[in-house]
Amino acid sequence: MILFYIVSLLTITFSILVIFTKNPIYSVLYLIATFFTFTVHYILLNAQFLAMVNFIVYMGAIMVLFLFVLMLMNLNKETEPMKSNLIKIIAVIAGGSLLVTLIGSFKQMGAMGVSTVNKPEIGLVENLGKVLFSDFLLPFELSSILLLLAMVGAVLLAKKDKSDNG
Amino acid sequence: MDNIVSSIQIVPLNHYLILSSIIFTIGVIGVLIRRNAIIIFMSVELMLNAVNLLLTAFSAYSGDAAGQVFVFFIMALAAAEVAVGLAIIVMVYRNTSSVDINILNRLKW
Repeated sequence: MILFYIVSLLTITFSILVIFTKNPIYSVLYLIATFFTFTVHYILLNAQFLAMVNFIVYMGAIMVLFLFVLMLMNLNKETEPMKSNLIKIIAVIAGGSLLVTLIGSFKQMGAMGVSTVNKPEIGLVENLGKVLFSDFLLPFELSSILLLLAMVGAVLLAKKDKSDNG
Repeated sequence: MDNIVSSIQIVPLNHYLILSSIIFTIGVIGVLIRRNAIIIFMSVELMLNAVNLLLTAFSAYSGDAAGQVFVFFIMALAAAEVAVGLAIIVMVYRNTSSVDINILNRLKW
């Protein structure tokens, strides 16, 4: 139980560091650390399949994409113009009121302490695979089309157009 | 693995709600205070991950596998979104040689 609070503290610390660090490269590195703590959360929830997918997809693929773009565009300098202090303060106040609203509404819901983990083996690959390929077969196939479209779109957007009509 | 499962049962679901709310709020603040388009993108990823964690917690606490399948779909969607979004950012950088979003304010009109 104490492990959950330690990991939560690390998660919050790293995610605050992500948005307040000046250098974008350090932001990406802190984001990797944040995603690692999310993986630990998934393991603590006994969702082992999601832990592995989070580890591979987020910490592998997405972070490599971010780092690749940052280094390709040579953006690793701290000359980014920041917004004015007034806007920062207003943004933090707005975020704080969002947090208060969310937590207040959760309090209003009440009786959330249903800590009956009746089926702890639910997050294993075997059970998730059975659900994924029986109940969610159509969304699964549609997501493959989505990934194909995203790949084509990314290549089409990022390639240099040699002539005006493409 | 059994002691991990039995130890997580003590953590109330409320604490997962509060943790996810805090991370989501940090993502919102990051979108509001930064001008670098890539860091705004990272904040959106933080918000997506907060929702993922909350869905997983609900799924594990209610014993329903559908929540974790949804998280899997959200992760596939996030991968597609990052690929297209970073391609758009690369194109913006090629046209304006900057990733400052204030340069893009002509999109407002």
